[in-house]
Amino acid sequence: MMMFYWVSLFIVSISFAGLLFRLVKGPTVADRVVALDAIGVTLVSIVALLSLIIETEFFLEVILLMSILSFIGTAAFAKFLERGEIFDRDSR
Amino acid sequence: MRNSWREGRFSIEILVDILIIILIGTGVLFSAVTALGLIRLPDVYTRTHAASKSSTLGVLSILLGTFVHFWFNEDIFNTQMVVAIAFLFITQPVAGHLIGRAAYMTGIKVAEETVRDDMGTAIENRRNNQQEELENE
Repeated sequence: MMMFYWVSLFIVSISFAGLLFRLVKGPTVADRVVALDAIGVTLVSIVALLSLIIETEFFLEVILLMSILSFIGTAAFAKFLERGEIFDRDSR
Repeated sequence: MRNSWREGRFSIEILVDILIIILIGTGVLFSAVTALGLIRLPDVYTRTHAASKSSTLGVLSILLGTFVHFWFNEDIFNTQMVVAIAFLFITQPVAGHLIGRAAYMTGIKVAEETVRDDMGTAIENRRNNQQEELENE
């Protein structure tokens, strides 16, 4: 069972490296934001697999926090790309 | 009596392990598919498609496997995991949609293989309607 967790962590890490390739190379900014979003999600699954391997339940609090931060970052990036600012005072 | 109880417990552990292996295997497969799609697909919109759907299913399966492991093997029912699974399931497609819309609004071209583009005609119609309203006023 532990071997299975290690192999899963290895494959997920390889896919993480693939996402990093897209983050560095991506021709436009939107490509990089897509890659960052996917990296946040992959990081969540890496944390879950690590908590399975180390056999502790204290990492599980990180998962919720990291998913919330990833979504807020992606939404802020999307609004910044579309409007050019994140906080607009006079929203009509 | 006690022996049969032990056997029952043993088989339940094996069943739970099989369930965990199926869930985490699905999640790892879909994570790999996400990376493959982000590397191979031609433009931003198809990459958004790969990154929002398959990565949602992948992380959902891995988190479900972790949740089942901590519930049945360690007797820890972690409610934060349930909230995190529901939150990821709701917000990840929304994030993909937001990025795709922002990319279209900033004027990134679609790939050459694209057959039809409905968003362009929709924006044109909306702009024309707004101009007509202004002229009527």
